[in-house]
Amino acid sequence: MSSLFEDAAPLLSVDGLTKFYGSRIGCRDVSFDVYPGEVVAIVGESGSGKTTLLNCISTRLEPSSGSVRYRMRDGATRDLYEMSEAERRLLMRTDWGFVHQNPADGLRMTVSAGANVGERLMAVGERHYGRIRETATGWLERVEIAEDRIDDQPRAFSGGMRQRLQIARNLVTGPRLVFMDEPTGGLDVSVQARLLDLLRGLVADLGLAAIVVTHDLAVARLLSHRMIVMKGGDVVEAGLTDRVLDDPQAPYTQLLVSSILQV
Amino acid sequence: MAQAQTFDAALAVSVADLSKTFTMHLQGGIVLPVVEGASFDVAAGECVVLGGPSGAGKSSIMKMLYGNYAVAGGRILVRHRGEMVDLASADPRAVIAMRRETIGYVSQFLRTVPRVSALDLVAEPLTARGVALETARVRAGEMLARLNVPERLWALPPATFSGGEQQRVNIARGFITDHPVLLLDEPTASLDATNRRVVIEMIAEKKAAAVAQIGIFHDEEVREAVADRIIDVREFAPKQAA
Repeated sequence: MSSLFEDAAPLLSVDGLTKFYGSRIGCRDVSFDVYPGEVVAIVGESGSGKTTLLNCISTRLEPSSGSVRYRMRDGATRDLYEMSEAERRLLMRTDWGFVHQNPADGLRMTVSAGANVGERLMAVGERHYGRIRETATGWLERVEIAEDRIDDQPRAFSGGMRQRLQIARNLVTGPRLVFMDEPTGGLDVSVQARLLDLLRGLVADLGLAAIVVTHDLAVARLLSHRMIVMKGGDVVEAGLTDRVLDDPQAPYTQLLVSSILQV
Repeated sequence: MAQAQTFDAALAVSVADLSKTFTMHLQGGIVLPVVEGASFDVAAGECVVLGGPSGAGKSSIMKMLYGNYAVAGGRILVRHRGEMVDLASADPRAVIAMRRETIGYVSQFLRTVPRVSALDLVAEPLTARGVALETARVRAGEMLARLNVPERLWALPPATFSGGEQQRVNIARGFITDHPVLLLDEPTASLDATNRRVVIEMIAEKKAAAVAQIGIFHDEEVREAVADRIIDVREFAPKQAA
């Protein structure tokens, strides 16, 4: 098959991932691969286990069992939970991004917008102030934040601007994989549309792989190639995004799709 | 994956014993069979039209051919990179690769994307295949001009366009690539006579370029003009015994 389809090796492999909170199930026996440049949406309602799954994959929460393997830039595939804490931190700072639903969780609210972006660059070893400022300005422009706002603190930004700043902060180091937890949650609909369009363009232009947790099927439709539907900690359906949405197979997916309000 | 079978070099699509059922879990698990035992071949350069009354399963077959509907049984072999690959059992990544390179789809309705201009929407299938943006935009402009979409609209997102304008944007987007297999799901449904003729010409050009086309056309004039063969999908109606 390798000659017919590209990228035979996955970037991330999740295998049998399970998380218990005491005797309660967070997520159970989840397995899937993510390939370079691929966007995977994890959908489900509150309590379905989608955020638990995201946190286990991104090493923010230790799973009860199962493995998560990642193909490093040097081509070697490593088990994330067999790496040292320092190695994991380096990975998160350089090769990964994490976009939180609440921008305040991913930004430093009391330093300037420019410094929020520049800080990530400094974390990967950039020391030249002029270059940092130039790159930061470039990224602010890319996420449609006016240049004259570079010295303002995100406290003074609207919700949509803060979210765009968080995205710039995450993408400035050129990550290969970005995790997003409800990236458009809590924003007005018109602001959501703008952000989605921006994300869609950035993901395509940069060839990013992304795992997006959302309860919004429209977000999944617009951003993702593949979808994983969760309920009560289990994966109930997975497949090509338009196939899952247009011809849902599992009872729960049918319920989700049929519950969308038409406007 | 090794297929012992050999295929005619001109064969582009081979559908065998394809069936589709819908299980309506929210309606007490009613099983609705819509297609059963659909079998047909399409050669490169051929335009095959699916005929039959509304509700006979034409659209369901079309959606299965694009991987948009799950298949209940049977196979859909499509020549992808020189080999016959079964789309019905392909994993999502393989379906995406086949859509990018091999199978194009022109639907009746445009799914607009917020803030993306008509020109870029049409250029997108080319840029997705690695064509430079500027080159793709020039080609997109040519397609839009040919389909009589006024140039003043090109820079605007098509969400506010009329139905006919949106449809022409969609046709331009569907025809811009050189996919060897093209699925045409009523692309001429609300076009005026002039634009209908443009689409008929475009289909003829695709035939000359050895593209295999499978279409649904309710319009008699278009069907007469483009069909090499009409397949009556009533042949594939599920046996009512179930």
